[in-house]
Amino acid sequence: MKARLPALARLALLVLLVVFIASPGWFEPLLKPLTENGAPAIYNQGSLLTLTLLHLRTVLIATLAATIVAVALAILVTRPAGAEFLPLSRSLVNIGQTFPPVAVLALAVPAVGFGEKPTLIALFLYGLLPIFENALTALTTLPANVMEAARGAGMTGWQRLVKVELPLSAPVILGGIRLSVVISLATATIGSTVAAKTLGEVIIAGLISNNLAFVLQGGLIVAALAVLTYDGLSAIERYAARRMGREAE
Amino acid sequence: MSARFDKLGSPRFDKLGVVIAAIDAYAAFAAPFATFRANRIVPGQARSILEALPLTLGSLLLAILIAGGVVALLRTPLILRLAASVIALFALALLIGIAGSFLTPDGNTFARVAPASGFWLLVFAFTLLLADVLTRLNLTPAARVGVLAVAALAVGALLFSGSWDSLSILKEYASRADGFWSEGLKHVTLALGSLAAAVVVGVPLGVLCHRVERLRDGVLNVLNIIQTIPSIALFGLLIAPLGWIATHVPGAAAIGIRGIGTAPAFVALFLYSLLPVVANTVVGLAGVPRAANDAARGMGMTDRQRLLDVEFPLAFPVILTGIRIVLVQNIGLATIAALIGGGGFGVFVFQGIGQTAMDLVLLGAVPTVALAFAAAIILDAIIEMTSTRRRTDSE
Repeated sequence: MKARLPALARLALLVLLVVFIASPGWFEPLLKPLTENGAPAIYNQGSLLTLTLLHLRTVLIATLAATIVAVALAILVTRPAGAEFLPLSRSLVNIGQTFPPVAVLALAVPAVGFGEKPTLIALFLYGLLPIFENALTALTTLPANVMEAARGAGMTGWQRLVKVELPLSAPVILGGIRLSVVISLATATIGSTVAAKTLGEVIIAGLISNNLAFVLQGGLIVAALAVLTYDGLSAIERYAARRMGREAE
Repeated sequence: MSARFDKLGSPRFDKLGVVIAAIDAYAAFAAPFATFRANRIVPGQARSILEALPLTLGSLLLAILIAGGVVALLRTPLILRLAASVIALFALALLIGIAGSFLTPDGNTFARVAPASGFWLLVFAFTLLLADVLTRLNLTPAARVGVLAVAALAVGALLFSGSWDSLSILKEYASRADGFWSEGLKHVTLALGSLAAAVVVGVPLGVLCHRVERLRDGVLNVLNIIQTIPSIALFGLLIAPLGWIATHVPGAAAIGIRGIGTAPAFVALFLYSLLPVVANTVVGLAGVPRAANDAARGMGMTDRQRLLDVEFPLAFPVILTGIRIVLVQNIGLATIAALIGGGGFGVFVFQGIGQTAMDLVLLGAVPTVALAFAAAIILDAIIEMTSTRRRTDSE
């Protein structure tokens, strides 16, 4: 998908986002028309900066864990010893994708209680799938001649994995991580229904008090974060692909 | 393929079987089978299999579980593994209901008995075994839908016979039976209706994007950005414009357009659905072999004929894949509609979270997961059937 922003628009969005999060007060006149009965236009039950950082931290932790587990799993089922798990892991991943995030979130609450933990679990499980799928695709579609050459050069299985397979797969795996991060950024907001500290708090506060300005600022910050992350990771992916001599998809 | 390997080293262990047997052993002997609570909100007390069931039935279940674990652990023929998993799952399903009535004191309507971690782990372990067998059997698409239908019938029969009535989730259902079906209907209508609208708008838009290259990047970019807006925010943001339409456009309120409720949820789901439909239509049309198009042109087909008779049929499986993504995603997202008064199974999920009544959460979550799962299996089967038919046609 070619969803690239022009460099200038990207920079402007980034500056706007940082300024908004750092001093939202400046934007009050813009948001004021959306409120009724003199309700506050800027979220006042906590700092937007703290919530944004907590939001990003939650997504980061979940994605890191998901990446480690998904890539390890993909490596395992593409080795001869784990090959018999391959078809099963494929169908499990397919089944996993049908679980709605709200359901995962709600079902995790009795096991781990309210707060950040159920959100982390839901994001982790939901983030696994795109990364695993991409890692699997990458590792099973490596060019046969390269693998032959690596074997011919006398590399051990471990050397082949670390020096040939993983670097060659990196761009595609990164693509999976990018998808996973963008989904997680939006899904993390639902975590606030079980009391996780994320930007969802702003949106939910707006829904409860019928304050459209809150809903808008919460939603737009998350959307801007997602667009910028998507863009940034796409750039890294293209860089990795160029280094590996593969065209980015 | 793997089935053939199984017969070679018969006394060896099955790798997946080791995992299944380990979960089976832990869940059967060390984890609680059911939870007993004096009322629906207090913390529960754990009951093991032998405590939760009459002695004979408890021992019978343990025997079935041990036998199932051994069958999974060793390299056994597929048919035996299939039988073991089905028997174990059926025994679990039947006996958890009996545990419910066994643990509930006579005449006590406040007490709640719910399946506990051990039960869920056992179901997981034997579902894993069943999924492995079904994957290895390499079923045809029609057979997979058949398996789904048999499973649905079995669950339906258990529900209908009342053998699960003593379990907490069905007690929650019993006090909300009417609401359950009307919310369920709303949920399905939301998910399917927004999908239908997205197909009606998205497929022509995809065709347009395919034909007019300048339009393509712009449209896909906008749709991509819509996807990044969190669902709860998009639901909320649509309240204002729809409320405005309802009060200012004559007749709008009469057809059900309102600021809160189903209308913003419907529009939000529709907007989320557009990207997969449009993107897959574009990809599908781009994948039509040039030779097919050239041949059609050479035969003197008009643009319209070419689109309907050549391009669409060839792109159909890819478009269907987009529809599958949308349907599964919509069934999940429709739960969030409850936050803005849009109804659906999410009503029970969020009520349950609010009251910390997990059985109520399950009452909303289980049907949602089941719907999404069934939709995925059925559409996967249809996709596979349409793409294999095409392949055999062209040979």
